[in-house]
Amino acid sequence: MTATDLPLSSPSGSLGGLDLVPTTDDTQKAKDFTSDQEVRWCPGCGDYAVLASVRGFLPELGLKRENIVFVSGIGCSSRFPYYLDTYGMHSIHGRAPTIATGLAVTRPDLSVWVVTGDGDALSIGGNHLIHALRRNMNITILLFNNRIYGLTKGQYSPTSEVGKVTKSTPMGSVDAPFNPVSLALGAEATFVGRALDSDRKGLTEVLRQAAAHRGASLVEIFQDCPIFNDGSFDVLRKGDDVAERLIKLVDGEPILFGNDGEYGVVRSAAGGLEVAKVADVGEDAIVVHRAGEEDPTQSFALSRLSDQDLTHTVTGIFRKVDRPTYDDGARAQVEAATEQAEQRGDNLEALLRGKDTWAVMPEPENEQ
Amino acid sequence: MSTDTDVGPAGREVRQTHRVVIRFAGDSGDGMQLTGDRFTSEAAAFGNDLATLPNFPAEIRAPAGTLPGVSSFQLHFADYDILTPGDRPDVLVAMNPAALKANIRDLPHGGMLIVNTDEFTKRNLAKVGYESNPLEDDSLEPYTTHKVAMATLTRGALEPTGMSKKDAERAKNMFALGLLSWMYHRGTDATEQFLREKFAKKPDLAEANILAFRAGWNYGETTESFAVTFEVAPARLAEGTYRQITGNLALAYGVVAAGLQAKLPVFLGTYPITPASDVLHELSKHKGMGVTTFQAEDEIAGIGAALGASFGGALGVTSTSGPGVALKSETIGLAVALELPLLILDVQRGGPSTGLPTKTEQADLLQAMYGRNGEAPVPIIAPQSPADCFDAALDAVRMALTYRTPVFLLSDGSIANGSEPWRVPDVDSLPDLSTTFATEPNAPDGSGEFWPYLRDPDTLARPWAIPGTAGLEHRIGGLEKADGRGTISYDPDNHDRMVRLRQAKIDGIPVPDLTVHDPDGDAEVLVIGWGSSYGPIGAACRRVRAAGMSVAQAHLRHLNPMPRNLGDVLRSYRRVVVPEMNLGQLSMLLRAKFLVDAHSYTKVAGLPFQAEELAGVLTDAVKGDLPA
Repeated sequence: MTATDLPLSSPSGSLGGLDLVPTTDDTQKAKDFTSDQEVRWCPGCGDYAVLASVRGFLPELGLKRENIVFVSGIGCSSRFPYYLDTYGMHSIHGRAPTIATGLAVTRPDLSVWVVTGDGDALSIGGNHLIHALRRNMNITILLFNNRIYGLTKGQYSPTSEVGKVTKSTPMGSVDAPFNPVSLALGAEATFVGRALDSDRKGLTEVLRQAAAHRGASLVEIFQDCPIFNDGSFDVLRKGDDVAERLIKLVDGEPILFGNDGEYGVVRSAAGGLEVAKVADVGEDAIVVHRAGEEDPTQSFALSRLSDQDLTHTVTGIFRKVDRPTYDDGARAQVEAATEQAEQRGDNLEALLRGKDTWAVMPEPENEQ
Repeated sequence: MSTDTDVGPAGREVRQTHRVVIRFAGDSGDGMQLTGDRFTSEAAAFGNDLATLPNFPAEIRAPAGTLPGVSSFQLHFADYDILTPGDRPDVLVAMNPAALKANIRDLPHGGMLIVNTDEFTKRNLAKVGYESNPLEDDSLEPYTTHKVAMATLTRGALEPTGMSKKDAERAKNMFALGLLSWMYHRGTDATEQFLREKFAKKPDLAEANILAFRAGWNYGETTESFAVTFEVAPARLAEGTYRQITGNLALAYGVVAAGLQAKLPVFLGTYPITPASDVLHELSKHKGMGVTTFQAEDEIAGIGAALGASFGGALGVTSTSGPGVALKSETIGLAVALELPLLILDVQRGGPSTGLPTKTEQADLLQAMYGRNGEAPVPIIAPQSPADCFDAALDAVRMALTYRTPVFLLSDGSIANGSEPWRVPDVDSLPDLSTTFATEPNAPDGSGEFWPYLRDPDTLARPWAIPGTAGLEHRIGGLEKADGRGTISYDPDNHDRMVRLRQAKIDGIPVPDLTVHDPDGDAEVLVIGWGSSYGPIGAACRRVRAAGMSVAQAHLRHLNPMPRNLGDVLRSYRRVVVPEMNLGQLSMLLRAKFLVDAHSYTKVAGLPFQAEELAGVLTDAVKGDLPA
């Protein structure tokens, strides 16, 4: 087999994520996106905050509400579509990216979102997640990570810390966890971001850029499960040292953090990244964040700054690069083939007849 | 087989014969499938009726010269309408000792054997356990054996090309084809043209193959070893334009046509699997006719994407075989709950598990019928022959669109790879499959809301409201829904009602009444089958009737729902025989549903039934000799 150039140059480079989705001039408000379904998450669940952020953010897009589709899998977070007054599908465990794929390829006029959790996306649906990212489907994936199975009542998940004591691991989990951002970058994702459920401003900014990105966007949202993993991200929310833990990425800026920007990220001797005091290394040594860098090495190293104990947790947009999307490429082939077929005058009759036909004549009437 | 004898212009005897079965057998790398295909095209172009049976190993290239590496292609062609690829060959072409050993037991005494002697070396004989060379001992005495040094003769013919000996020998299959083409009075132009097109980018190879083909033809013409040639006149088929078609090709064309007739884009989400992959290959060529193909990361993603496309208003299709169906089951259940159109093409193969990937079986019936959690009814349609796949696909799509449901189409390996003449339909006569999307709110309470599960009272189908339609925004999913409104409901009575409604919707799909073929009108035995066994069962019935006995034949195309008159048909015969290539799956359904004493006859050998064996079973049934 030989590689063939795509018949049309893919429009991905010049198009934004939502450029083919019809817009409206009507003023929209959060309540326009609120369905009549009673929200049934546990009191205190981080999902409420994310839902509020999404409902608050969607009007900003100015899209026709009927052209937005939320697809989810199974788990607490996957109830999300029921609470938004858009089109939605609550599908089966782990398979939401596959449904979204068929929808995105056939319907360029839709804004397609996937809502999933750490179990749904990284355990049962891990295969679909990496392939959706690799293909760069034009979809936005919101991965709610609470590091626990909530809906099945408290088993450890593929992002739970080693040693986690849960209903299914009374002696502590011996299972090494995934880092969702590292995984996405390894799967050739073109957009990877992370935000905290309670950080409405930070989350909205990541959502805004994710939606505008043409291609697969993965947004990891740290989210609290007050019933089975209460306070799991509290060290990033409260306490004196939050500023020393939380690193907010700003594209094109040196990566500084701390109450007064006294810490920064520098290159380590081992070839990765590490945290240093600016006073010790000098401002010139601080790494500048470049989300648009083709080489994902630095973004990957940023995703590894934080250990499971959240000592240093990077949020914001790790990576945002342009690459042709699968759906645009697939449609371009169909369009090119359709054009050729029209020029050649192809039709069903000719297809069915093929090249080698023979005719059987009516039998002569006088034959015995 | 009745024959007339004549004397040809070269002084050779020309025998008119009504039907011939030829089997080409060789090593996997010998090009037997291509040779058989090509001879089939010649027979088709000549106007014979025909049926074919390719039979090859799952390994792409098993070790050369071994028994597991034998690949064969059987072709039955005739001057009248035939139903099967034939039980046993009249002519066996064996390209090496392994092919001889694997196939000779099928050749009736008196049959013609053509052997490529060059491969009968000590080493090759030992490889397959021949202690003495069958070409030199008396083991082939019962046959009319022609020993031809095909490799040597091909090499000689290709000497002027300067090609290496090894490369030249690879064209020996075309030598065999040339010899057989001569023997059956077939033209040479079409095959030469075919070879030029096939090797358009390598004209040297095209010329080499043509030289070998001509050498084979000339060998027949000039040597004295073949005293007789044969003529099989064109068949008297119904008037029309015909082409030769395999089941997988007909299936793909059916899907293309269905999309056009429904005025919907087709989206095939699939994953490669034997023997269904050719459906993907073919459909991927027809992007210019409204078809998008998506080769997914796995079976589950294939059907997931197809279902997503259906949600968006396309005709979602997935193609697979038994192991793939197992993986897709959960998504089929979701499609049942969502009540969205979806076509599932299952080209069955030998199971369980990986089983026999390249062999045929019809053992997915109960998987298609019941292989899901909960009560999840899905209509099932089974084509009865390669060409029938086209109509079956249109029928399945009509059902999927009208009733907003996933539909199973059960083909199998023998239909998929087998071929037969197909009367090309008049495009204007194809059914209109157009469907409508919901555009307006429908709530009966006048609230202006959209109720996604408000059913059409006639079909019980729900409206298909696709994203992009203002005012009909709704959420659907795998959770149980309230009848009508479609919101999540855990109400016990509602669940009971929804389970029954989904069942009633499928049960209520109208399907044509079963027709019974009983030319004598006094049969007491009914034989009923489904799917690819139509040919062998029909051929067996002909034999039984030719022997002066009466037997009635019926064949089920609709396995779910079944024809309304089926129970009456079954009960009107004294004995009912159900041959199946499984351990009695249809028979079990018939017994359970209709309380009839259906007698199951089963074989799961990876090959179609033989007409001869079924004729024996039916004869016993007519005589009342069925074992309990």
